[in-house]
Amino acid sequence: MGLFKDSKLITDPLADNNPITIQVLGICSALAITAELEASIVMSVAVLFVLGVGNVVISLMRNIIPSKIRIIVQLVVVATLVIIVDLVLKAFAYELSKTLSVFVGLIITNCIIMGRFEAFALANGAWRSFLDGLGNAAGYGLILVIVGFFRELLGSGTLLGIKVLGDPIEKTGAYAYGYENNGFMLLAPMALITLGIIIWIQRSRNNALIED
Amino acid sequence: MEHLELFFKSIFIDNMVFATFLGMCSYLAVSKKVSTAVGLGAAVIFVLAITVPLNWILDQYLLQPGALKWLGSEYASYDLSFLSFIMFIATIATMVQLVEIVVEKFSPSLYNSLGIFLPLIAVNCAILGGSLFMQSREIPTFGLAMTYGIGSGIGWFLAILSIAAIREKIRYSNVPAALRGLGITFIITGLMAIGFMSFGGMLTGGEKGNDTGKISKEAIEKIKKEVQEISKK
Repeated sequence: MGLFKDSKLITDPLADNNPITIQVLGICSALAITAELEASIVMSVAVLFVLGVGNVVISLMRNIIPSKIRIIVQLVVVATLVIIVDLVLKAFAYELSKTLSVFVGLIITNCIIMGRFEAFALANGAWRSFLDGLGNAAGYGLILVIVGFFRELLGSGTLLGIKVLGDPIEKTGAYAYGYENNGFMLLAPMALITLGIIIWIQRSRNNALIED
Repeated sequence: MEHLELFFKSIFIDNMVFATFLGMCSYLAVSKKVSTAVGLGAAVIFVLAITVPLNWILDQYLLQPGALKWLGSEYASYDLSFLSFIMFIATIATMVQLVEIVVEKFSPSLYNSLGIFLPLIAVNCAILGGSLFMQSREIPTFGLAMTYGIGSGIGWFLAILSIAAIREKIRYSNVPAALRGLGITFIITGLMAIGFMSFGGMLTGGEKGNDTGKISKEAIEKIKKEVQEISKK
């Protein structure tokens, strides 16, 4: 019963209340690391972990945190979780942790995390906060994966490193018909424009989201 | 000369917003009006100029592998670099509070213009990003760390000022309904970032700029092709 009622907490952030395209939170990391699909997925999982666990921790402590120093308490909780993520990445996926470089550390200041702590975990119970954390991290991950998918596919013709469009040197697959990779997609500015187009599509499908 | 080069590099080539997307959240949220954008931008310059050198000291004498040598030779093998996130963010949060108190005491007029933005800044990725890039780019001296902090701050200021000015003007344009607000801001920022990429060759004479990766990729592909041809034979 409780599960059914709370399922909105997970489904809402996926579309109509998406943290990136509607709430405008956590843009920094969403743009910088999406040149490859793999990095986007790892980043989403990292945020899922930090936000899910962090929301529960803050929610359990919400009655004993003095409100004046709550920002520092929140930062310490996030920083601890991010250190765990960073060490795990360095141990099991060293190459990838080099690609993500400082952006793992920047999860600390990812506005989604502080935003959800402030807006939700400080006022709700542990279970609901956990669901809210999962939902928002999933909404964030969804956009990251979409952007990463298009940038890797159009930019280097691969997905997760697999050459789905054939080999550009051997001229197989699509390249045999004169297709060329658009190297521009790999550069930073195209992440912004891709995200702009996603927002455009989403808002033209749902007119209620249009700003005046 | 070294200082001047790093200064311009951090403003134009490695611009916080256009090259590394740091501080995008507040960049998008606070850029509706030029006057508020100026306030936030000034606060960012201010805080970056203080926290980057401070974190440089922390990094050199506490966090780096072997940084504890000054305590005695038995500490030389210590490596506390895993603590850098927590130390940096603690420094930033504390400094922001301290700056807020000091500014409120000594310059109420500055406090009134910066005041509401200062607490926001503790969680601005540009500030933590400045310190983390300072660490990963291994900036050698205290003075250069300060130059880097100020330069990055000015770069961010420039970015938010220009987008705020454009957004004030764009209100009179006929933007497609679904793109209004956030969507068009993203696309404009993308176009501005493309413009800023042209600064890439400014300091290096265009030879070793941002496109070194491209050249080496082509070279690798060429070598691959040759190897494949040889192996076919």
